[in-house]
Amino acid sequence: MKTRYTYGGDEHIYVEIDDEMSLDAFFIALSLSNMVREANIPGVTEILPANASFEVRFDPDVIAPDAMMEKIKAFEHQAEAQEKRLDTRIIEIPVYYEDPWTHETLMRFRERHQDPTGSDLDYAARINGYETVADFIEAHHSQPWFVSMVGFVSGLPFLYQLVERDKQLEVPKYLRPRTDTPKLTVGYGGCFSCIYSVRGAGGYQMFGITPMPIYDPEQKISYLKDFMAFFKPGDIVKWKPIDRAEYDRITQAVEDGTYTPRIAEVAFDLDAFNDDMTGFNAKLMEALNDA
Amino acid sequence: MTLEIIKPGLATTIQDLGRPGYFHLGIPEGGAMDRLAFRAANLLVGNDEGAAGLEAVFMGPEIKFGAEMSVAVTGAEMPMFLDGEPRETWTSFTVKPGQVLSFGFLKTGARIYIAISGGIDTPPALGSRSTYPIGALGGFEGRAIAAGDVIPVGDGSVVAEGRVVPDALRRRPGSPAELRVLTGLYWHRLTEKSQKAFFEDDWVVAPEADRMGYRFRGGQPMEFVDRPQPFGAGSDPSNIVDGCYSYGSIQVPGGLEPIVLHRDAVSGGGYFTLGAVISADMDLIGQLQPNTPVKFKRVEMDEALAARAERKTMISEIRQSLS
Repeated sequence: MKTRYTYGGDEHIYVEIDDEMSLDAFFIALSLSNMVREANIPGVTEILPANASFEVRFDPDVIAPDAMMEKIKAFEHQAEAQEKRLDTRIIEIPVYYEDPWTHETLMRFRERHQDPTGSDLDYAARINGYETVADFIEAHHSQPWFVSMVGFVSGLPFLYQLVERDKQLEVPKYLRPRTDTPKLTVGYGGCFSCIYSVRGAGGYQMFGITPMPIYDPEQKISYLKDFMAFFKPGDIVKWKPIDRAEYDRITQAVEDGTYTPRIAEVAFDLDAFNDDMTGFNAKLMEALNDA
Repeated sequence: MTLEIIKPGLATTIQDLGRPGYFHLGIPEGGAMDRLAFRAANLLVGNDEGAAGLEAVFMGPEIKFGAEMSVAVTGAEMPMFLDGEPRETWTSFTVKPGQVLSFGFLKTGARIYIAISGGIDTPPALGSRSTYPIGALGGFEGRAIAAGDVIPVGDGSVVAEGRVVPDALRRRPGSPAELRVLTGLYWHRLTEKSQKAFFEDDWVVAPEADRMGYRFRGGQPMEFVDRPQPFGAGSDPSNIVDGCYSYGSIQVPGGLEPIVLHRDAVSGGGYFTLGAVISADMDLIGQLQPNTPVKFKRVEMDEALAARAERKTMISEIRQSLS
């Protein structure tokens, strides 16, 4: 890890634990940002944990920027030594891959894409060395994912696949971001999957769509009554491929208020996971069977 | 007490000073883009500085008042009429029940702020009445106002007519508009040549400029320091492992068009950022029209903090002049 501290204007300090993604960097960023939060430093107004970095917003009229920087740096070693373990949950998210809505959108923004001749999935499968789109889709949903960041817009989760680095899928973001993305698009950029919580701009490749809303400002959807945004960092996700009929059925169930996501409580321990990824993932996914 | 919207304007939203505290979930602070003009409008009509009002961009709304109220309009320069009679901006005036406020064509600036004594009284969402249309949150039903909307106004007392913010305390961008920037974040990704060019080039505001961010064009494409891309970032040299963005941060997707994130910013993403516009100059961006020439000016932290203090002084001078 080569932790880097920098200012984002006069109100933000940005801490990059590592310039590359790893769960180790995620856990250090989470620990360090939690320590800053728990220290209740006067002047700190907001703390944003991200994949392998985090950001502190502060009021420079209350604490000088260099003093703020020193306070964060002082926690670095302690944060690196923290246990990399979380009590969390695994959630099954249905995905309708190659759906008509993201397809229509990606065709509209073709000139902003690396490969204007095919679809985003054609491109992603090819550059990741998969012979067919179906093989690529299989690789996308066969192993679970870890929510390593929530943000961009309205509770959007960034997900990191729980597999060895050489099995990670990687794609670039669009050359220029789109001005439109359908609501609940399952996207991909860098090594991250995401779910676009609302319709809007976006730079990630588009693979499919989920019928399960993850953001509801009116808090009417049964599982969003407690809070309007569904995801938090540390959540684990298993994608479940579905077809159009299943998509329509779930959409209707959500509308009727009868849809309940499949969720099971699990613990995530980074060392145990690193020792035996396949075995650890199998246990995570088994927990869903009882949900 | 109510306001009735006869014509909504282009994208007129209810705003206040925002909802800090939810950016870690991707829900931005929001609130008036030009905070100084917004505070001034509220002070003119005797409100708390954070009372909710209307922000209209490029085109004014047409509003019918349901009761006697004090009104003030600040920000951009736009001719304004009460029942067809001209009224001055940056000046308080009283409206009678049934009177209609309308606007002519925008002259300078981009956004007007309409404050009404008592403040707009829609239900707050996450502690603010600011409209965040992308998240369908706050404001009037989570959206820009529309013709026929009847908007509730809180109890307030009418103040004297003709209270004015002195001209010296109305802050406007120059031409070219100068935006001061603190470099940092992923600044090291640019070659020395591109670092220099960013500050030397002449930029203009692109048509894609809104509450989320302002895009600029006209400068040279940027070149990146060669490196193997870090795992997880994506293969384009402008890609990074997705991190947090800050208000005012400047991202340049593909090294082509810089985007300065504003009050309705996305909270994170995978494009490198080269630094941020200083907090004191965020108000100015809210008053830029498309095609306005812009120069970015490099400053250091002490200058950013001095500018911040200067802006605070300006606000307290407005307060004093109206107390």
